[in-house]
Amino acid sequence: MGDVKSIPSPAISADERSHEVDHPSSQIAHFGAEQPLRLDCGVDLTPFQIAYQTYGELNADRSNAVLICHALTGDQHVANVHPVTGKPGWWETLVGPGRPIDPKHYFIICSNVIGGCMGSTGPASINPATGKVWGLEFPVITIPDMVRAQAMLIDRLGIDTLFAVVGGSMGGMQVLQWTAAYPGRVFSALAIACATRHSAQNIAFHELGRQAVMADPDWRGGGYADQGIHPHRGLAVARMAAHITYLSDAALHRKFGRRMQDRELPTFSFDADFQVESYLRYQGSSFVERFDANSYLYLTRAMDYFDIAADHGGVLAKAYADIKTRFCVVSFTSDWLFPTSESRALVHALNASSARVSFAEIETDRGHDAFLLDVPEFLDISRAFLQSAGKARGLKDG
Amino acid sequence: MSVQEVLPLGGVATGQSGDFRADHRLVAEMVKPGSKVLDVGCGEGDLLQLLENRGIDGRGIELSREGVNRCVAKGLAVVQGDADTDLVNYPDDAFDYVILSQTLQATRQPRVVLENLLRIGRRAIVSFPNFGFWKMRLQLLIGGHMPRTENLPATWYDTANIHFCTIKDFVELCDEINVKMERSVALDLYGRPVPLNLPWWVWNMFGEQAVFLLSRGSGK
Repeated sequence: MGDVKSIPSPAISADERSHEVDHPSSQIAHFGAEQPLRLDCGVDLTPFQIAYQTYGELNADRSNAVLICHALTGDQHVANVHPVTGKPGWWETLVGPGRPIDPKHYFIICSNVIGGCMGSTGPASINPATGKVWGLEFPVITIPDMVRAQAMLIDRLGIDTLFAVVGGSMGGMQVLQWTAAYPGRVFSALAIACATRHSAQNIAFHELGRQAVMADPDWRGGGYADQGIHPHRGLAVARMAAHITYLSDAALHRKFGRRMQDRELPTFSFDADFQVESYLRYQGSSFVERFDANSYLYLTRAMDYFDIAADHGGVLAKAYADIKTRFCVVSFTSDWLFPTSESRALVHALNASSARVSFAEIETDRGHDAFLLDVPEFLDISRAFLQSAGKARGLKDG
Repeated sequence: MSVQEVLPLGGVATGQSGDFRADHRLVAEMVKPGSKVLDVGCGEGDLLQLLENRGIDGRGIELSREGVNRCVAKGLAVVQGDADTDLVNYPDDAFDYVILSQTLQATRQPRVVLENLLRIGRRAIVSFPNFGFWKMRLQLLIGGHMPRTENLPATWYDTANIHFCTIKDFVELCDEINVKMERSVALDLYGRPVPLNLPWWVWNMFGEQAVFLLSRGSGK
């Protein structure tokens, strides 16, 4: 790797990207010295900020707030045009007018997680103590840290109980953490394509990605930002590897097969002869335009550390003892990153806690990514679950 | 088991009128309002829907993905699972009632399933098609082939029902594993209860299906 011809340089300069890092084009909640974020690693993060988007209106009794938790490389721009890429929101299939989570009925909140790089404090932010980019000086964060920060944001917004917390993948982990940490503050929880802990295989894939980033000479021990560069080649490789895990063999085969890109015969070189290669290179290069390499290291690490049962004496059911939250757990048949067996283990634990839980496995060959795609059965179930929870909550037209 | 132990059943809706099946309405009437119920093999959630309408906190397990997805789409709390393998994961006394409606005959280990029902729930309600029903007997006796009815239309080679029993067989199983029968009702071809004052063999002959309310026995 490292051939500039095969992976183009980012179209957006580091300056433009870093503007969104500290001065996002969305709303920001600042937390000063009086409200530090107590991190699992023992450090108090202060001051810090959370960037977030909202859609719709909070109703009079503050009972219709829905928190959307984003996945590893997502951000707060869940249902609006992205300020850096110019692309539609990342979850427009589920969130938006006429969609299961409709701003007409709900007050929708989506925040960039702590450790991210789209406006919430993270390794790409300026460390106020030094005036320089945090880089690897930033403390290691966990999923519970992200959720603790979100809870502070929800407090700031004056919301006691969220009507629903919704998320897929890393967002689903946040949903599960929310219900374990703040059971009384979550009326319903929709956890999609996720698990209560990160598996060894998933940690292995993350390590592959991190090593790709750190092997890039431009990474400079994590101190690239102050030198005005970005390890985009390493990050692109990390993204390419991760992207394969988000799909399935069947989906890749249907989309590309062994078809060649703009040619009939192989070139007998290492150019992107196959369409699938060219697709992955595109995925890698477009990702580096909007994402910070160190942030990728921190967020993958947060997922790796996630293990709810371990935080409750090894017994998952204890995390959800006597919980009143209504759960809906969804998995996809071709998801090999978070296979159905992981969801089933969660459902068994919830049953043992006598929680009100629904669980559906959706038949699809589109892999882990299915939760972001237009999969009607999944969207129908999400809508029905939220509608029935809305009825129980006394929401109108929910 | 003798017919004297069968307690009288009052106020059961008869016939096939209304939106819900006669056996479902019968089951729903056996459940005390406000209780917590697990419906094992809940299909597309018709019974759960009926229970929820009556203010009962219902949960379901269903084997088929399509069934589960339809239930969730109806807003019911249903998980995908197998009665034969998944009931062991449920803690003791988790529910007031556990219902096994028209599913017993499709389980691999009916006895184990029945024991699990009464471990998880303080009471169990079991309904099943009666293989001692006269039409069944007649098809085997006269026709010489495995019986098929309107409710059980599958042929012997592609049916999910692998453990058929008669009312008499079931009563014997309950005796064997020390299960107390609090109420029992046989429904005839038209969904009407077979009169209680008739002898036991009449039930076994003229009940097309049977519904039993069970509780744990006093110990062996």
